[in-house]
Amino acid sequence: MSEIVRWFGASRIHHIISGRTRQRLHFDGYLTILILILCTLGLTVLYSALDQDIRAFSTQLTRIIIGLALFVVAVCIRKDTYYWLAPVIYSGTIALLIAVWFYGDVSQGSKRWLDFPGLPRFQPSELLKISLPLIIGWYFAIRKFKNNLLDIFWIGILVGVPILLIFLQPDYGTAMILCAGTIGVLFVVGFKWWWFAVGGCSVLVATPFIWNFVLYPYHRRRILTLFNPESDPLDSGWNIIQSKTAIGSGGFSGKGLFNGTQSRLDFIPEGHTDFVLAVSGEELGFIFCTCLLLLYLLIFVRAMYISKNAESGFGFTVGSGICIIFICNVVVNVAMVLGLLPIIGLPLPLISYGGSSAITTMVAFGVLLSVCTRKENRELT
Amino acid sequence: MSTTRAVEPLPGGLISIVNRRAVVIGWIVAVTFLLLGLRFYQLQIVQFERYYTQSLDNRLTTEVIPPARGLIYDRKGNLITANKTIQSLEIRREVVSDVDQVINNVRTLITFNENDEKLFRTRLKNSRRLDDRIVLKRLLSAQELADLAVNRFRFPEFLIDSEVVREYPERELLVHVVGSVRQVDENDLQTLDPQKYRSTKFVGKTGIEKVYQEVLHGQIGNRTVEVDVHGRVIVEIDVEPPRRGESITLHLDLDLQRTAWEALGDRRGAVVALDPNTGGILAMVSRPAYDPNEFIVGLDDKTFNSLSTRRDAPLFNRATQGLYPPGSTFKPVVGLAGIAMELIDWETTVYDRNGEFRLEDVSHVFRDWTWSKSGNGGHQGDLDLRTAIYRSSNIFFYHMGAELDTDTFAAFASQFGFGLNTTADIPDAAPGILPTTVWKKKTQNESWFRGENLHFVIGQGYMLVSPLQLATVAMIFANRGTWVRPKLVMSEHTAVPLGESDDNFRIEGVSDDDWTLMIQALEDVVHQGNQGFRRNGVAWAHIGMDIPFRMAGKSGTAQVKQVPQGEEYDETLLSEYEKKHALFWGFAPVDDPKIAVGVVVENGGGGSSIAGPVLRAVIEAYLEKALVQVNE
Repeated sequence: MSEIVRWFGASRIHHIISGRTRQRLHFDGYLTILILILCTLGLTVLYSALDQDIRAFSTQLTRIIIGLALFVVAVCIRKDTYYWLAPVIYSGTIALLIAVWFYGDVSQGSKRWLDFPGLPRFQPSELLKISLPLIIGWYFAIRKFKNNLLDIFWIGILVGVPILLIFLQPDYGTAMILCAGTIGVLFVVGFKWWWFAVGGCSVLVATPFIWNFVLYPYHRRRILTLFNPESDPLDSGWNIIQSKTAIGSGGFSGKGLFNGTQSRLDFIPEGHTDFVLAVSGEELGFIFCTCLLLLYLLIFVRAMYISKNAESGFGFTVGSGICIIFICNVVVNVAMVLGLLPIIGLPLPLISYGGSSAITTMVAFGVLLSVCTRKENRELT
Repeated sequence: MSTTRAVEPLPGGLISIVNRRAVVIGWIVAVTFLLLGLRFYQLQIVQFERYYTQSLDNRLTTEVIPPARGLIYDRKGNLITANKTIQSLEIRREVVSDVDQVINNVRTLITFNENDEKLFRTRLKNSRRLDDRIVLKRLLSAQELADLAVNRFRFPEFLIDSEVVREYPERELLVHVVGSVRQVDENDLQTLDPQKYRSTKFVGKTGIEKVYQEVLHGQIGNRTVEVDVHGRVIVEIDVEPPRRGESITLHLDLDLQRTAWEALGDRRGAVVALDPNTGGILAMVSRPAYDPNEFIVGLDDKTFNSLSTRRDAPLFNRATQGLYPPGSTFKPVVGLAGIAMELIDWETTVYDRNGEFRLEDVSHVFRDWTWSKSGNGGHQGDLDLRTAIYRSSNIFFYHMGAELDTDTFAAFASQFGFGLNTTADIPDAAPGILPTTVWKKKTQNESWFRGENLHFVIGQGYMLVSPLQLATVAMIFANRGTWVRPKLVMSEHTAVPLGESDDNFRIEGVSDDDWTLMIQALEDVVHQGNQGFRRNGVAWAHIGMDIPFRMAGKSGTAQVKQVPQGEEYDETLLSEYEKKHALFWGFAPVDDPKIAVGVVVENGGGGSSIAGPVLRAVIEAYLEKALVQVNE
C-alpha cells in the first residue's frame, strides 16, 4: 500500500507548469485532474438523473464552474491568511447557523437553508466542512500539538457547538460525518490509541441508553427498517427497497444511460440528489459503481498524501480533516444508497444536484492545496 | 507571531506517529471501500436476477381490459340495448389503507353523498384483488370532471377512467323483456368464474341480460403497460384485445312494443304478442315498469325500497310471472276438451232458464255472468257450444262440468301449456296452476269436491295463468292445434341453445273440423253483431263493430273476490285491488294468422270492454304495418 502511495505521490505531473507560476498556483496536478474527472462524470450521470432537464443541468453546470473558480481562488490565498482567518470563519459559520435557527427555510421537516435576499440560497452546515478543519488546525497550532486530555475537552467544545446546532436543525447526516471527521483528525494527529478504545467502549455501553431514551420512535423505526425494509414497504422501507432494486437491477453493465426505469418512473425519490448513485448504478451498472468508488478512493489517497507531506502542523491537520470529512461523506451516502445505513439526507459530493455541497467541497480542496503545498517564500510574495 | 505558527512544522516526536496514523486511516478507508464494493457485487452481480425482476414488476402492470357487452337489437335492427362510455373516479384498492381518509379527500374534490359512500364501501368489500380498481363515483358530470382536472394533482392516487356501461335507451319500455344488469354483488362472486369475470362490474340480473349473460359477456383482454410510481400509464407494451360479447337479435318489434305500452296506458297489466309461425315474442309489456338505467349509476336505498315495496310492484314482470284466473278465456279449451272427451258435440244444447245452475247435494247455486238478483232477463235460452262460446255462457259449461272427470280434463288442458313453462328462453316464466285431484291433495290436503269442477270449467277456482300463457293459447288456436314454443331471441347462439325442440307438437283429440268450428265460434265473439240484444258476440259492441280485419278471440273477466251467495256483483263496493281482472286473447287475420295476443288488465273490469280494445289496438297496429310491408 505505502509503495503505491509513494509511487503515486512521487510522480511529477504537476511539474508541467513551470517554476514561478507553479509556486503561485501550486495545484496538485493529480488531485485537480481527479476532481475534474469526478465533476465530468457527475454532470453526465446527473443529466440522466435529472430526466434530461436541460435547465436544471445548466444550473448545476454553472455551480460546478463557480466551484472551480472558487477552488482556484482558495488555492491562491496564503496559508497564514487561513490561519489567522480560521477563528473568524469559524465564528462566522456559527453565526450563520444561529441565523438558520431563526430565519431558516423549512424544507422536508428540517431547517437547513438560509435564503437572504441578494444571495443564493445555501446551507451553512456545509461550510463546516471547511471551518471545522480550520479551527481544529488553528487550535492545535496554538497548542503546539501537546495532545492532552484538556485538548480533547476544548476540541469537544469547539466542534460540539456547531455540531449541536446542525443536529438540532436536524441534519443528522452532516452532524454524523463532522463527528467522524473530528475523531479521525484526533486520531491522525496522534492522540493515544487507548483513548479511542475507551471512547469506543463507552459509546457501546451507552448505546442501549441512547436507543431507549434519546432516539425518537421514528428514528428507531428508520434504523430497524434498515434490517428489514420489507416490513414497511410503502413507508420508511420504500426508499431502501427501491434504491436497492435500482442498483441491483443495473447488473454488471447497467441498463444504459437514460434508460433506468426505476428513476424515470419516479420509483426513486430524490433520484437527483441523495439517491443519485441509485440512478447511475441502475443505468451504468457494477462497472461504473466500482470505478466511481475507485475514483473517490484515489482522490482521498492523493489528498491524504498531500496533507501528510504538508510542511506545517496546521496544514497537516486542516488537510487531513478535510480529507476525512470528505471520505466520510462519500461512505455514508454510498452505504445509505446500498441499504447499509439508515436514510439520512446527505448528498454524494460532486455528483448530487445542489450548489452548497459541490461548491464547499471544491473550496475545501482548494484550502487543502493551499495550506498543505504552498511554500511561504518571501521572494514570491 | 501567527504567521510563524501557521508554518511551524509538527513537533519532531509526532511526525512518525502521524505518518503511521495517516496510513492506518488510509487502510481503514480502503477496507471500507472494499466492503462497499462487495456490497455492489452482491446487489448487482449475485442478486441481479432478483432485483431485475423486481424492477420489471415495478414497471410493468398487466391490466385487464373488460370486454364490451354484446348489444341487443329488435327484429328490425333497432338498437334497443346499447353501451355508453361514462367517466368514473376510481382508486386502486392497494392504495386504500384508510377508507375514511379517502372519502374525506374525495369530498374536497366533488360532491360525494352518503349513498355514494355506501356504494363505494360495498364495492370495496366486494373487490377480490389488491390491484382492482374501485369506483368511487360513477357518471361524473362535466362540472365534476372540470373540478377534478383542476384539483386532482393533490391526490395522485385518484384515477379518472372511462368505463363502458349498459344503456337502455328505451328506459322502462323494455325492462321486462331485456331485463337489466346490476353491479356484481357478493352472491355473484360465489358463482361467477373469477378469471373470466375478473374486471366485470355488471352482470345481467333479469330478462335476456340474465339468460344470455354468457353470450353477451365476451372475453376479457389484457394490456401490459409501463406505469410510474403513481400508477400512471407511461406507455403501452403489449395488448391482447378483448372479444366483445355476441350481439343478440330479438323477435321483438319495437314499434309494436310501444303500441302495446301505450294501449295499456297507465293501468296495471300485461300484453304479450306472439308470431304464430315462429313463436317469437313480438311484444311483451308489463306495466308499471321502472328505468333500469338507474341501476347502472347506483340506486340509493330509498328509491330501491320504494320500487320493491310499492303496492303496484313495478319490479314485477306481470307478463311472464303475473298469475290470474283465466275466467272465460278458458272456455274454448274446455269446449274442445268436452268434444275430445266425448261429453258433448257441436249439436249438444242446453237450456238456460234463469241463469242459475244447481248441482245435486250441493247447496251452492252456480250462476251465469248474466244473472241478476231481480231475475230480470238473466237467462240465455237455448245454447249450443258455438253460442256458449260467443255468448260466453257459464250455464252450458256447468252442465258439462257436472259430468267431467277432473284429471282427464286437466291432462287435456295441459296440452295448451297450462301449469307448464313452455317457453324456449324465459326460464323464470311462471308455470301457473292447472289443478288436479293429486295437486289438491298435495297442496291443500283435501280431496276434490264435485262443485269445484264447475269453477274449474269457467276458469275460476284454483286455476292460474300468466299473460304469456294466454298469448300461447291464442297462438295454438291460430295454428289450429300446432305448437311452437314462445321465444324472445331470434338469433342463434350455441352457448345457450333454445330449449328442447318439440316445436311441432300437436294437440291430440281434436279434429280439423273441430278446430274450424271452434275458430268460427271465436270469430263470432268479435264479429257476431246486429243480432239483437243478447245474441251478439260479447266483444262485438266493444271492438267488433268497425273492425277492418277478421279476428278470433275470447274475452274473460276473472273474479278476484268471491261474491257472497245470492249477492249481485257491485263494483262500487270493492277496493281497487279487489276488482275483476280483464282478460282477452285473440289472433288475426283468421285465415292466415300473423299475430296472437294475450292481454290482462289487472282489476280492470270487463274483459271485452277493457282488455278487448287493448288487444285490438295491438293487432291492428301490427297488421297495418304488415300490410304496408307486403304492399311495398
